[in-house]
Order: sequence, then C-alpha cells, then structure tokens
Amino acid sequence: MSPGAAFLRKLRAFSSTGVALFSEYRAELLLWSLAGVIPLIMMGVWREASATGAFPLDPTEFTRYFLAVFFVRQATIVWVIWDFETHVVSGTLSPLLLQPTNPAFRFVVWHLTERLARAPFALAVLGIWLLLFPDAAFLPRLGDVCLAALGIAASFATRFMIQYAFAMVGFWSERASSLEELWFLVYVFLSGVIAPLDVYPEGVRTVAAFTPFPYFVYFPVQLLLGREENVLRGFAVLAVWWVLGYALYRVLWRRGLRHYSAMGA
Amino acid sequence: MPEAVIEVEALGKTYRTSVKQPGFRGTLRHYFRRQYREIEAVRSVSFRVERGEVVGFLGANGAGKTTTLKMLTGLVHPSVGRARVAGHEPFRRERGFLERITLVMGNKQQLLWDLPALETLRINAAIYRIDEATARARIDELSALLEIRDKLREPVRKLSLGERMKCELLAALLHQPEVLFLDEPTLGLDVNAQDSIRNFLREYNRRHRATIVLTSHYMADITALCERVLLIHRGALIYDGELRGILERFAPYREVDLTLDAAVADETLEGFGELASRKGRNARLIVRREDLTRTLQRLLRELPVSDLAVKDPPIEQIVGRLFREGSLGGGAPAGSAAR
Repeated sequence: MSPGAAFLRKLRAFSSTGVALFSEYRAELLLWSLAGVIPLIMMGVWREASATGAFPLDPTEFTRYFLAVFFVRQATIVWVIWDFETHVVSGTLSPLLLQPTNPAFRFVVWHLTERLARAPFALAVLGIWLLLFPDAAFLPRLGDVCLAALGIAASFATRFMIQYAFAMVGFWSERASSLEELWFLVYVFLSGVIAPLDVYPEGVRTVAAFTPFPYFVYFPVQLLLGREENVLRGFAVLAVWWVLGYALYRVLWRRGLRHYSAMGA
Repeated sequence: MPEAVIEVEALGKTYRTSVKQPGFRGTLRHYFRRQYREIEAVRSVSFRVERGEVVGFLGANGAGKTTTLKMLTGLVHPSVGRARVAGHEPFRRERGFLERITLVMGNKQQLLWDLPALETLRINAAIYRIDEATARARIDELSALLEIRDKLREPVRKLSLGERMKCELLAALLHQPEVLFLDEPTLGLDVNAQDSIRNFLREYNRRHRATIVLTSHYMADITALCERVLLIHRGALIYDGELRGILERFAPYREVDLTLDAAVADETLEGFGELASRKGRNARLIVRREDLTRTLQRLLRELPVSDLAVKDPPIEQIVGRLFREGSLGGGAPAGSAAR
C-alpha cells in the first residue's frame, strides 16, 4: 500500500468513525451549538446601541457582522486541549502512543467531522436568526466566500495548532486546560466575538494586530463581508502564528514524551 | 544461541514525586516550598526473552512490573540501562517497532466506548495498513477464537466486562504483533471469562509463535500459561526461572498429609511439626524442609501411620506469602537468583 493510499484510507476510517461518534452525541451537539450564541446576544446589544449612538456600523451591518461571527465561531471551535488532558489524566493516552500514528491525526480529523455533524444545528440556529432579522440577509460574492473559506480554514488550523501546543503541557500538569481558559479570555476580547474591532480605540487595535486573536474571528468575518483590505497580511500573520504553535508543540511533545509516566496505566 | 526477542540490560527507572504533609500547615508548606523525593521504581533489571516464550511477571503492587512493561513498550523512558524489543529500542517508537508489539492493560481501554468494537477495528486496520480482506479474515479468526463474533456490532458500553476485554484483545492483536505485553488481562473477570482468555492466549501463542510477557495477580493465569517467571521485588529482579523453581527457592517448608491407623492426640502430632489441619484420622503437618527426612523417619517409627504423602504448598500460597510479608526471608539476595 503506497503512503498516499494508506493516508487516504486512514482519513476515511477516522472520518466515518468520527461521524458515527458525533451522531451518537446529537443532543450534546445541539446544546454546544446553542451555547455558541454569544455573538447573537451581542448582536442585540450592538443593534440597539447603534440605533441611538454614533458607531462605524449601522444596525443592519452589526447584524450581518454578528451572524458571520456566529458562523465563523461554529466552524473554528477547538476543544483538543480538554480531550488530550482527559487522555493523559485517565491514562488512555498510552494506547494512542502505542499506535504507529501521531495522536494529533485523530484529533484533527474528529474536529473536522464534528463540523459536519454540527452543521445542521448551526445552520438551523442561523436560519432562525435570519427569520428574526430579515434585513440582515445578504448574498456574499463568490470571491469573498472562497477567501472566507480559506480564512476560516487558516483560522481553525492556527487555533488548533496553538491549543494543541498548550495541550502538551498536560504531560507536566493535570490541568493544562487552565492555560486555554486564560487564553480564551483574551480571545473573547480581541477576536471580535463581543464587538467588531472597528469600535475599539485605536491603541487597542494596534496592540491586537500583534496578536493572533483578531485573525481568528474578525479577519475571516471581514473576508466574508467583503470588507477586508489587507488580505495577504491576515494570512501571513496566521501562518506565522501557526509556525510558532507548531514549533512549541514539537519541543513540548519531545520533552513531554520523555517526562510521561503513563499515569494510572 | 536462540533468538532473543527481548533483551534488557541493567534497566532502571527513578521517578521524582512531590511529598505533602497532611493538614493546613502541610498544604501551605506544599504550596510555597514543595518537597520532592526520588522513587527507584525499577533497579538494574536484566533478562532475555526468546521468541515464542510465555513469561510471567510476578510482583506485589508497586514492585515495578508495570513500569518495566511501560519501558519495554516505549511508553516510559528508562533512567538507566538499555532495552531492545523485536530489534528496536522501544523509546524511539519507530513504526517498525510499534507494528510488532502490543500492550493490553486490563484497566485501560482503547475501544471507542459509544461505538461498536468493529469501528475501532476499522481504525486499527487503517493505522496498521492491513488491507481489508486480511483485516476481515483476522477479525473472523480472532473473534471465533474469543467467541465474540456476535458482539462486535454492539456498542462497547453495552458489553459485559469479559466481552469488553475480549474485544480489547482483538483490537490489540489485529496487526498480529510478535510481542505481546499483557498487564493484568483478566483483572475483574469472572472465572469463565478468565479461563476463556487464558485458552485464547495459549492458542494465539501456539499459532503465531508470539512472545508473551504477562503480569497478573491471578496465579491461575501464570500457572496456566507460563513456564518461566520473573519475580520482581521492590524494583529488583530476584528470580528468573521455571515456575516450579520458586518452590525450591522460596518455600522453606513442605506439607505432610498423614492417615493414621489409630487415634493420636493433637499434642503428639504437634511434636512433629505445625498442625495445619485435622479431620479424624487425617492430619496435615507443615514441616521445615531441612527437618523433612528426620521428621518422616520419626513419624513412621513413632506413630501408627497407614498412609503418608509429602506435597509442595500451592505456588499461590508461596508467592502470596512472599508479597504479603514484603520480605523474602531466607531467600536469595537480590539479583543472585536471576539466571
């Protein structure tokens, strides 16, 4: 079997099992999708505020912005650190380490298949919101959709890589997920989930530009809305952060394996 | 010299672990000035295992069995020494190595809990690059041997503990490994399931000439499967040899079963050794090995003996006593018994 064929077969096996697995968790998926409606709540707040004050976006633009945020968030959610932590703490990482494939492969494919299983619920929530705010409906240009798809893929890849690097701390700490919780606080503030970066003071925007956060949500949203002016820079920044995440992961993975004592196994 | 599949030389593992005193003050001190101590889990262990051998790894809890297995499978990096398994250095975790070994842990599972075992088997077939026809043939063969063919399509969470363990074995053996490391494979199973797994392992060993290293707290696993045992105590290998040899080395007494022609008082019998049991004219005496010949002569001379049999105490009893007492009494010093 050629390496390419072996890879495709592995991809197929993990994908179909992933779909089967997440179909078992349909109720949880619905709840997870509903738990991601923070952008839609923020939309209500900003629509109201923009109707009475001077903001760079009008109520319809705010609505479109937050609907896009909801969509991007649903497509880029990463939870690998909790999965990895559970495997380390329960000792079930050992069987994965004994297989001739990097455990990361399993986590990546299952994140992607979860998107498929989650899609119907997320689209249903999106549909309901569009019914409530029909003025926000718009048809994005094909070029913007393609760029946004790339932006979402790059955002997911970078967010996954950084969180997976953090997950490696699980080799030393039983609560590696605390790192992600801290990271998530900054993410919520600077990624554009609670407000478009346009409404932030200039100083905050300048600082945020040196972090990966705006590129996780705000950047792909702007691409989808056809408002991004600096497309190449956005992708370049995501690529740099992906490489940094990968380098950190490699260092921690190698050292972590030496440190691993196969807890409870 | 026969082909060695496992070669271990002066292997050792030392862990560093934090120590906390109980109570609030202990917690505060632990928070600000954490103290550590080093635990020598495995000390300079050396042995060889040849192709096709079934070796039992015996030791009390915390003796170092599982840590040794983890080092041999590449999960834990040794602090000192070297190990080669199937021609590879385990900790390098090369594909060629991982494809030739397996580790089954009675208390850990690789099966996907909410899906039928067949889903895990499909994934394993893809990971180990086993083509679909071969995978199907192996699943048929192994599931028939394990008598779980009709269970592979049920969600794992719905299976009994014994059925789950059998599915675990199937998943662990799908790639037909040459070296099997089994850590308590019958843990918590009922007698029938234990027996079924022992039979399966014996048959697998016979068919594939696989090398098996097995740890178990059930002596029945060891006596049924292993001709050779490694005895590990406080991290050090203290015995490496035939199972029966443990009796010679570590059982300082023999059991003498007596049938008497006439009634004899307990006090009289106690003059010959420790009276373990008494039922009418049948009695069992425990006699020190060095006193055995003299005691037998005295018994035949002084008592109305109609029948007499000398037996070794059950191996379970010897090993259990060794581990319970936490010391090996008059046994050989650490390392000297290793062959």
